[in-house]
Amino acid sequence: MGGRESELVLLDENGIRCDGRKVDEPRRIMIKAGGLKNADGSAYIEFGDNKILVGVFGPRDVHPKHMSNTDTGILRVRYHMEPFSVSERKNPAPSRREIEISKVIKEALQPAVILDKFPRTAVDVFIEVLQADGGTRCAALSAASVALADAGIPMRDMVAACAAGKVADTVVLDVNNEEDQAGQADMPIGYMPNLKKITLLQLDGVLTPEEYKKCIETGIIGCKIVYDLQKKALHDKYFGSGGEQ
Amino acid sequence: MSSSIIDELKKSQILELLEQGKRIDGRALDETRELIIETNAIPKANGSARVRLGDSEVVCGVKIQPDRPFPDMGDKGIFICTAELLPLSHPSVETGPPGPDVIELARVVDRGIRESHMIDLSQLVIKKDKSVVGVFADNVVSDYDGNLFDACAYAATAAILSSKTPKWELNDDIPTLVEGQESDVPITTIPVSVTMGKIGNHIIVDPNADEWDVMDARITITTDSDGNICASQKGGNDGFSMDEIVRCGEISIMIGSKIREKLKQVKEGN
Repeated sequence: MGGRESELVLLDENGIRCDGRKVDEPRRIMIKAGGLKNADGSAYIEFGDNKILVGVFGPRDVHPKHMSNTDTGILRVRYHMEPFSVSERKNPAPSRREIEISKVIKEALQPAVILDKFPRTAVDVFIEVLQADGGTRCAALSAASVALADAGIPMRDMVAACAAGKVADTVVLDVNNEEDQAGQADMPIGYMPNLKKITLLQLDGVLTPEEYKKCIETGIIGCKIVYDLQKKALHDKYFGSGGEQ
Repeated sequence: MSSSIIDELKKSQILELLEQGKRIDGRALDETRELIIETNAIPKANGSARVRLGDSEVVCGVKIQPDRPFPDMGDKGIFICTAELLPLSHPSVETGPPGPDVIELARVVDRGIRESHMIDLSQLVIKKDKSVVGVFADNVVSDYDGNLFDACAYAATAAILSSKTPKWELNDDIPTLVEGQESDVPITTIPVSVTMGKIGNHIIVDPNADEWDVMDARITITTDSDGNICASQKGGNDGFSMDEIVRCGEISIMIGSKIREKLKQVKEGN
């Protein structure tokens, strides 16, 4: 994708982006912990126009049985987009893109969860994208961390995620759908803020070595903003909304 | 996959060696295995390459044929790159639809070449919005010894560099081959993918199968001829520090430029 010519002004002379944001400003983010009755843990995130629901089950029995591990519990992640989540109806069957994203999100969460106390079990994370608008994997990963914490899964740290990118030759925080389509680069980052570890990193688009470094730094700043909201979501659920951070 | 006792022993041996700055096959930490590129291995394809990276072997065939453009990309040709593990490449490979690992492999290899804009797709248009030229690079893995990301990327890049594209004209809206008008595929840059593994606190370049089995995390970074970074993918069940990620970027540029020289010879020999 990318590189398509369009009338869209991605960055005006005042440094304002196509949706009115500054270069270092993320979209509106709302995270809610809990909400689902049957899931052991759940979370809902609105990240700009993305709307994503995450449910966590487990630790529970593993089916099919051969997947179980006698040394540790296993983590399984399914990222799925609803047919109505994008402008043109999406085939409901899992696409290759969804299978890849499921895998990278799983590998981004894996360093955070401690499952060796639950051998022969599985923790299942179901991510349902109700509405997509660029940056779903980051929003989904951020919500999945909250849902895992809500399910009481022991964790070393939260995983917060945000993308950085290059738009109109400028490094910007939190690339939206238009910027992803017409911009020059998109770099989703997942980050454990206390352990200072990057657990998800992808990039498409051309960056100089300096821009590459700047993008990582910018993305991590975004992850820290998301992290505060993740903590607030859990705090609001378990300690009442009176306790501001 | 659950780790066996053999894996545990292997891992501790590999780690012990790394503490002394050594690798299990005697390479330096930032040393790739020998890369052998044989082009035009499949004369019936428009371009092809058989690549051996250590004991990982990949055959890539490029087919070039007229196709309908994507609806929103009527002024661009099509590029698609795939990767598949043949059942004869390893005893654990089963036939059937690809699993997440193979899907990721194919998508990462495709993304590296696509995002570098290696092929100038705007030159592959027969008639705007009606008919364009499609370049299909299909990788098949015939022998496995780790790091298929780079082996497939080099095979696809070499195969594309060795390709000749036929010429088509539109007659009554049907693309018709113009005989004897072959030309090189329009190339703008040579992307090189470099995959690094993280074992403990050590970063190793081009992990072999033993290292691949035990490594904690990996990162694949693709650079272009200008020394820019154009694609990246982290994988595996651990993370990287910011410093490690930046260092991996530097390593990928350094190692990438060496391998690019090798790929350039393919272009010149064509």
